Amino acid sequence: MDTIQTLHESHAADAHHTHHHEHEQTFWTKYLFTTDHKVISKQFLITAVFMAFLAMGMSMLFRLQLAWPDVKMPFLESLLGQWGKDGKLDPGFYLALVTIHGTIMVFFVLTGGLSGTFSNLLIPLQIGARDMASGLLNMLSYWFFAGSCLVMFISLFVESGPASGGWTIYPPLSALPQAIAGSGLGMDLWLVSMIFFIVSSLLGGINYVTTVINLRTKGMSMTRLPLTIWAFTITAILGILSFPVLFAAALLLFFDRTFGTSFYLTDIFIDGAPLEHIGGSPILFEHLFWFLGHPEVYIVILPALGLASEVISVNSRKPIFGYKAMIGSMGLIAFLSCIVWGHHMFITGMNPFLGSVFVVTTLMVAIPSAVKVFNYIATLWRGNIVLTPAMLFAIGLVSFFISGGLTGIILGDSALDINIHDTYFVVAHFHIVMGASAIFGMLAGVYHWFPRMFGRLMNKNLGYIHFWLTLISVYGVFFPMHFIGLAGVPRRYYANTAYAGFDNLVGINELITVFALLSGVAQLVFAFNFFYSIFKGKKSPQNPWKSNTLEWTAPLSDVHGNWPGEIPTVHRWPYDYGKPGHEDDFIPQTVPFSATPGSNRPDDH
Amino acid sequence: MTLLYILGIVFFIVVMVRIMNVINLSEELSGETPDEQIARETPINAMGLLIFLGIGLILFFVTIKAYMPYMLPEAASVHGKQTDFLLDVNFIIIIAVFVLTQIALFWFVWKYKYRKGEKAYYYPHNNTIEVIWTVAPTIVLAGLLITGLKSWNEITDNQRKDGMNVQIYSKQFNFVTRYSGKDNTLGQSYFMNISDDNPLGVKKEAAAMDDKIANELHLVVNKPVMLHMNSQDVIHSMYLPHFRTQMNAVPGMTTTFYFVPTITTSEMRRKLNNPKFDYVLLCNKICGVSHYLMNMKVVVESPAEFKVWLAGQKNVFAADSTLASGSATTQPLTIN
Ligand code: HEM
Ligand SMILES: [Cu+2]
Ligand SMILES: [Cu+2]
Repeated sequence: MDTIQTLHESHAADAHHTHHHEHEQTFWTKYLFTTDHKVISKQFLITAVFMAFLAMGMSMLFRLQLAWPDVKMPFLESLLGQWGKDGKLDPGFYLALVTIHGTIMVFFVLTGGLSGTFSNLLIPLQIGARDMASGLLNMLSYWFFAGSCLVMFISLFVESGPASGGWTIYPPLSALPQAIAGSGLGMDLWLVSMIFFIVSSLLGGINYVTTVINLRTKGMSMTRLPLTIWAFTITAILGILSFPVLFAAALLLFFDRTFGTSFYLTDIFIDGAPLEHIGGSPILFEHLFWFLGHPEVYIVILPALGLASEVISVNSRKPIFGYKAMIGSMGLIAFLSCIVWGHHMFITGMNPFLGSVFVVTTLMVAIPSAVKVFNYIATLWRGNIVLTPAMLFAIGLVSFFISGGLTGIILGDSALDINIHDTYFVVAHFHIVMGASAIFGMLAGVYHWFPRMFGRLMNKNLGYIHFWLTLISVYGVFFPMHFIGLAGVPRRYYANTAYAGFDNLVGINELITVFALLSGVAQLVFAFNFFYSIFKGKKSPQNPWKSNTLEWTAPLSDVHGNWPGEIPTVHRWPYDYGKPGHEDDFIPQTVPFSATPGSNRPDDH
Repeated sequence: MTLLYILGIVFFIVVMVRIMNVINLSEELSGETPDEQIARETPINAMGLLIFLGIGLILFFVTIKAYMPYMLPEAASVHGKQTDFLLDVNFIIIIAVFVLTQIALFWFVWKYKYRKGEKAYYYPHNNTIEVIWTVAPTIVLAGLLITGLKSWNEITDNQRKDGMNVQIYSKQFNFVTRYSGKDNTLGQSYFMNISDDNPLGVKKEAAAMDDKIANELHLVVNKPVMLHMNSQDVIHSMYLPHFRTQMNAVPGMTTTFYFVPTITTSEMRRKLNNPKFDYVLLCNKICGVSHYLMNMKVVVESPAEFKVWLAGQKNVFAADSTLASGSATTQPLTIN
């Protein structure tokens, strides 16, 4: 307790300091090169929204191709030029679209966008800090992110096309321009962009962890932190541990491509000649890639689960069930996620015994995940549930997390994975469990904390429309994909016309594309609501959802330093909702136990 | 054309702004407090979720039934039968869990939807319940794990020597097969030996002299086969969906897969009532622009038919060519 207190005091002291500077801010320092975490979080969010629309647009294009491979679509030529000649999507560009779509969605939207937005917004505000531990690193973190988005965007316009080897960029394909055009300049840009991204992510992550450890306000012990903060912290630690490995993987690939080293290359005969590379191992890259790649999917989903915990508890007007179990399961998931990467490699010729070990660890992850789901459902039980758009999206998240998590049990079982590895079953699985769940979590977060970001409310009715269209169309897109996978259709196929056995799946593919287009329309409703409400939304009250957490005690008008006076002191955990013996159904964290004699319980903390 | 798009977008935005204004105005006129609004809207959305659950579950089972005929037919290999059975067991369990948890989720939302002036039940934790629902999935998963690993170990046991050795050689964008001949031993191959008349880079050694090369994969029914996968350029994957068999082909290493085909092509045609049916070998690892075209016809036949077919295939080396002395890799290289 002592350390917290001193930190708190020293922090209060530099508050004055920060205040002094506020009048001198120009447009540049206020909106662009700002060190204010609230503005940086908006920068992350808006960048991510743009990237999400780009990646979604790409998925529409390749869905059109998969549904109607023989139909000419003249608009493709006007949109894509040489890549859409005669209204036909070029097969090479199809792969490029798939690759960039996956890369943007996983890294830019659901890692940079999700963690960047909400860790930045909520960590200082929910733990009671004036700002991040280092404003400068935080600013750099955003600008590296922006730079990496920009490089990825530029790579769309190079003549040989953007990277096309899949988001997993396995060498030798990604190392040899002879093997695919996208492995030329496009791949270099992909790697540069990824290296910027990793730097951004590390700068952000180090900052988040430092802030949570050091800058909690008086009384904010670790077991009084909202689950959002736990989720962001665990995510950041996971990122710090695994992103450097991707950095190494990317760097060695860069060496192989540029300096002729042979980390990943050996025994290759291509374009009528053998290559000089000897002694490398393509499988080494897969190990390094998935050492990040698997934790990455939890880096994507944990913050979404954290946001959902908060939204579900607030809107059920009930404490989250099993607060400590929730923390424990997040910790366990994070730990286990570092030792399961081999389940992506069961059929690479890996030693079968090693494969068995990865089966065991993989199926173990299902246990804490199941606990989390049960706890969400128990939180709803006997609640007093308010269905705001944020709550609807959080419920959607739980639904998708169940649906997608269950198919993971099949994929994690190596004997069963033999036949469904790399088929559309996998595409269905990961889109539901990490794509849809995480996007729903992110949208829940946007609807819930929009007033905290912009001081205004998003329109509820458009929110409902957005939710209903998205829920229906996302299930409509990804549920039928399981069947295509069980019919044996491989992923990353430009068309399924080469084998007659797939001919009768045309109808399913058309159905999926229709739903995909519908989901696109639904997101336009969201985009409109989002941008309209930033400027014209209804002014939000100070605490619109009657929450307990600290962010709603700071003025919505965005003061640099968050609280104009002293930072509030915390007296209780964040989940005192619906407590018997208290008049209101919520007791903010700033209310001391002495003010609520009627409702105190022996197990309060 | 571009103009049309822009006009379309502008039109969309204008219409949306008008709708928003109308909605905002009508909300103001109604004079409802936010609490009253939520009290009115929550049951509507909760009912929506309940309907979604109902229709969703019906469609779930209807689509499963409707699409079942399009799924892969019964497994045509010994281990495939076993993994299909395990897959079914897994599906039954996860579908049961899926249905129960989704019902609980949506039903609780409906049952415990907002009631004005009432309070939720303060229930922060219950250790007994939490232990139960940690242990229960652990037991179920352990069961699945043990059965899964048992068959995984059987399938991947590559000590078995009774299989016919066949090489599947992959390159952008086709497969080539090599049969080991009478000695059931494949001559070694090495990428430095590749030339126009030796496309697989086979070393000229005794074991290779009876090896035959083909553009189809022919297998003998009920006879074990050991496939040896190699790639000359990028990673490919040898995927035989009807035999529930898949293994990557990686440059610089040889991977293997042992299995026993159990249904001939003609028998499968009869079973499926489709005289045009053929087994197929698909490439299932992204390998370049024509990845989607990279496949090979697979035929399962009787020993007699197989013998006839194999006799018609080319030898890797012409019968009169002599064995090279020393290492074949001493050929001059051209590197561009
Ligand atoms: C608008 C909704 C979306 C649609 C219709 C869609 C559709 C698809 C399809 C059909 C593929 C596979 C194409 C192929 O293998 O040939 C794909 C790949 C992928 N998608 Fe999505 N997707 C959507 C959203 C997302 C989201 C939210 C994520 C975030 C996790 C995501 C991540 C990926 C990844 C990682 C791949 C794999 C790329 C690769 O194979 O290298 N997608 N998407
Ligand atoms: Cu994984
Ligand atoms: Cu291939």
